[in-house]
Amino acid sequence: MFGYLIRSVLQAIMVMVAVAFIAFSMFRYVGDPVASIVGQDATLKDREELAQSLGLNDPMVVQFGRFLGNAAKGDFGISYRQGRPVATLLRERLPATIELAVISAALALAVGLGLGIYTALRRDGWAANLVMSLSLIGVSLPTFLIGIGLIYFFGVVLRWLPTFGRGETVAFGWWTTGLLTESGRKSLILPVVTLGFYQLTLIMRLVRSEMLEVMRADYIRFARARGLTDSSINFRHALKNTMIPVVTITGMQLGSIVAFAITTETVFNWPGLGALFVKSVEVVDIPVMGAYLMFVGLIFVVVNLVVDMLYFLIDPRLSVGRTVATK
Amino acid sequence: MAAPKPTLRQRLNDSDLWLAFKDSPIAVAAAITTVLIFVLAFFAPVFAPQDAFNPAALNLMDGFSHPMERGAGSNMLFLLGSDAQGRDMLSALFYGTRVSLIVGLCSVGFSMVLGISLGLVAGYVGGRVEQLIMRIADIQLSFPGLLIALLIFGVARGLIPPNKHETTALFVIIFAIGLAHWAQYARTVRASAMVERNKDYVQAARLIGIKGLPIMAKHILPNVMGPVLVIATINLALAVIEEATLSFFGVGMPVTQPSLGTLIRFGQQYLMSGEWWILLFPALTIVILGLAINLLGDWLRDAMNPKLR
Amino acid sequence: MTQPVLSVRNLKVEFVTRRGTLRAIDDVSFDIAPGEVLGVVGESGAGKSLTGTAIIGLIDPPGRIAGGEILLQGKRIDNLDKESLRKIRGKRIGMIFQDPLTSLNPLFKISEQLVETIQTHSSMNASQARQRAIDLLIEVGIPAPEKRIDGYPHEFSGGMRQRVVIALALAAEPELIIADEPTTALDVSVQAQIITLLKKLCRERGTAVMLVTHDMGVIAETADRVAVMYAGRIAEIGPVREVVQHARHPYAKGLMGAIPTLEATASRLVQIPGSMPRLTAIPRGCAFNPRCSEVFARCHVERPEPMTVGKSEVACWLYDTKKEAAA
Repeated sequence: MFGYLIRSVLQAIMVMVAVAFIAFSMFRYVGDPVASIVGQDATLKDREELAQSLGLNDPMVVQFGRFLGNAAKGDFGISYRQGRPVATLLRERLPATIELAVISAALALAVGLGLGIYTALRRDGWAANLVMSLSLIGVSLPTFLIGIGLIYFFGVVLRWLPTFGRGETVAFGWWTTGLLTESGRKSLILPVVTLGFYQLTLIMRLVRSEMLEVMRADYIRFARARGLTDSSINFRHALKNTMIPVVTITGMQLGSIVAFAITTETVFNWPGLGALFVKSVEVVDIPVMGAYLMFVGLIFVVVNLVVDMLYFLIDPRLSVGRTVATK
Repeated sequence: MAAPKPTLRQRLNDSDLWLAFKDSPIAVAAAITTVLIFVLAFFAPVFAPQDAFNPAALNLMDGFSHPMERGAGSNMLFLLGSDAQGRDMLSALFYGTRVSLIVGLCSVGFSMVLGISLGLVAGYVGGRVEQLIMRIADIQLSFPGLLIALLIFGVARGLIPPNKHETTALFVIIFAIGLAHWAQYARTVRASAMVERNKDYVQAARLIGIKGLPIMAKHILPNVMGPVLVIATINLALAVIEEATLSFFGVGMPVTQPSLGTLIRFGQQYLMSGEWWILLFPALTIVILGLAINLLGDWLRDAMNPKLR
Repeated sequence: MTQPVLSVRNLKVEFVTRRGTLRAIDDVSFDIAPGEVLGVVGESGAGKSLTGTAIIGLIDPPGRIAGGEILLQGKRIDNLDKESLRKIRGKRIGMIFQDPLTSLNPLFKISEQLVETIQTHSSMNASQARQRAIDLLIEVGIPAPEKRIDGYPHEFSGGMRQRVVIALALAAEPELIIADEPTTALDVSVQAQIITLLKKLCRERGTAVMLVTHDMGVIAETADRVAVMYAGRIAEIGPVREVVQHARHPYAKGLMGAIPTLEATASRLVQIPGSMPRLTAIPRGCAFNPRCSEVFARCHVERPEPMTVGKSEVACWLYDTKKEAAA
């Protein structure tokens, strides 16, 4: 049992290191760290001195180690464009993204799960077919168009909801939240719907297809042959068996919802990490890009680990012992 | 007395796929729509009333004409209206869709080639190489393609000098989006390869000294084309949407070679001031295109699923 | 004559596909007496499993019962509503499937699966049901049942699992058990044990058995009567000894001849040339006529009706009693 857990943790660390390496390579080799600091008319000697003091002539392993050490402390250098420490930028924008992501994820999960189960069980009903058709449209609509559409209808035409920004926020230490003010809550609605919609559609279709697959399994047939009631078969047996693949994939998807937030944040002018990332790509601000990559990598790895643990709890085949070989 | 061998035409006609296609009005509608859009887009110079992105062809006085209105300057009929510079929206749509489709198709082609190759190698060589490739594929699959494409785009931009940004934009985007989507092909192909590599003909080839890989490829590829096609179709819709998103952000196709996304980006400015048509039509086109391709892909997947037959 | 437990009259099962409507079971009739073991044999695709599935009412679309009647203790069950049918399953008709690995839900303990089945068909409380479950496990020969009962399916070997499956099928004391290839997925050494167990338990309880298999050896050992199916029709049905030792239908003769025996002096196994026709291309007249060594003109034109020969019924024009009577 412990073997499984330790393996999961080790894998997580390996992935993290790999991601860090990519970020490090970006920092070091794309663009010129020296040029971005000194400007155009520095002499060759000045540049070399700077390079030396930055440790740019050390062996790569050493530089990578230094990079990791700094990253662990939260030091990602200075933003090329904004001149401020990247870590500060990240911290300022983190709460906005987290709030948006978590609420969207919760919405997508709850509604997606419910609809997925419904459309699997009532697969021939007109309501189910309608939902499936709408979901297909949902997958085909680019998120930014949904955002624009929502802004237009609810913000411009109906004037019910604000169309950009977070509204007023309340600060707790370095964290800010929009949940405590009315304008803050109102500002959350459209972005949450936009971001959650795509996730919801994916989760719903996944749950539905997994459940349909499970309903065809032999053990469900045998359960039917034993005369078990529909509600027991659907909600006790089939549901539990559906959960395993669903947990894995849903977990990973929700883990990357932070990354999916890029589009939503841009459309709604939401002051989060995603919008920051897009700007940094526009101007090739490498430190910010690299730091964002590490952050997303971290979230992915952590969520993956949590999913592995959950998996372990749900599936007895992993935790209970091997087959006893008696006849 | 045996029946005469069926011709290719008869075999196609009798095939499950064709029967399923004829049966499904949605698939037929989706296919027709897709083909129509493709034709209009690729033959844009032929079909478009105006050479939309040639500044010499535009008349500023035509600007902001409403749909179905005649331009104040050139008296041309603008079926879908015109934008700020007198550009015919209909023509802009054709040219823009062409760019979008080129990016979509090329990036899907790139992903396919890359993914299939890596999948074959992984399946054939096995061992650590296989583990490595599959791990990377797994990780990449859980990140949105957009993020990866953005990242690659940013890095590429950093490496390319600024004056070359516009001219290389097309290639960079194709590369970025293509690189973001190879993983699914690799997975499918590798699964088939794993089954094949233990078969006798591969072992025999290896023993003789011939490389088993090309032989294995010859046997795997026909079998794997079905699922690959389904993935490719759905990927195409995804690629078109991703390109639109990137252009919408301002990091995609530039003004000189705009795609549907770029057009939407422009249109957004005018939405609030009332010239809604500049935004709406490119947006509608993307939605219809995406929907048609997705419907086809969905239908294709169901039709190829032996369990549902 | 006592009333048969099961009476199948002119059963027809169809599948509606893109290529047209396929008739998978075409006018099949037979009876099973109380406590009797009826073997149903035939090649893969002959319709044996499908017949069992039709009787217990578990045919999934696009398949459907297109005609005929199924009577349990003289009352029709093929036209019942869903809930009535559910009550019959498990309680009055039980079914065992081929693969014990996939018949049991891997996420539920054996105790849970047993207790649930028992409680569905009786009014026992949890502890009574659990005691009954343990008793059942003792009957099917699971050692140390009080401890093993809380295990998961993957902790049992193949043979053990099939015993659990039998326990589950017998839990509500049905009058008829349909066993669909119960030993095919098991090791040869285990097959005999399972068949013996099944036979013993059913004899003790007076349960009738419909034993579907392609293993003639099992039939010869276990069945009282046997029905030979071909292309969705019954070719021959009669007492086991008669059919095995003196098969009349050319197909049945071929089947029995293909069984290798220790006493036989032949150096080659008898083979029936050709293969069973696909459902889309069933020959006119007798379905077996393309492969039959004793075929004559009438076989190509009229489908043979079952004729009484000795204690069996044979669907073959070679035994046309009416013709002989008229001659």
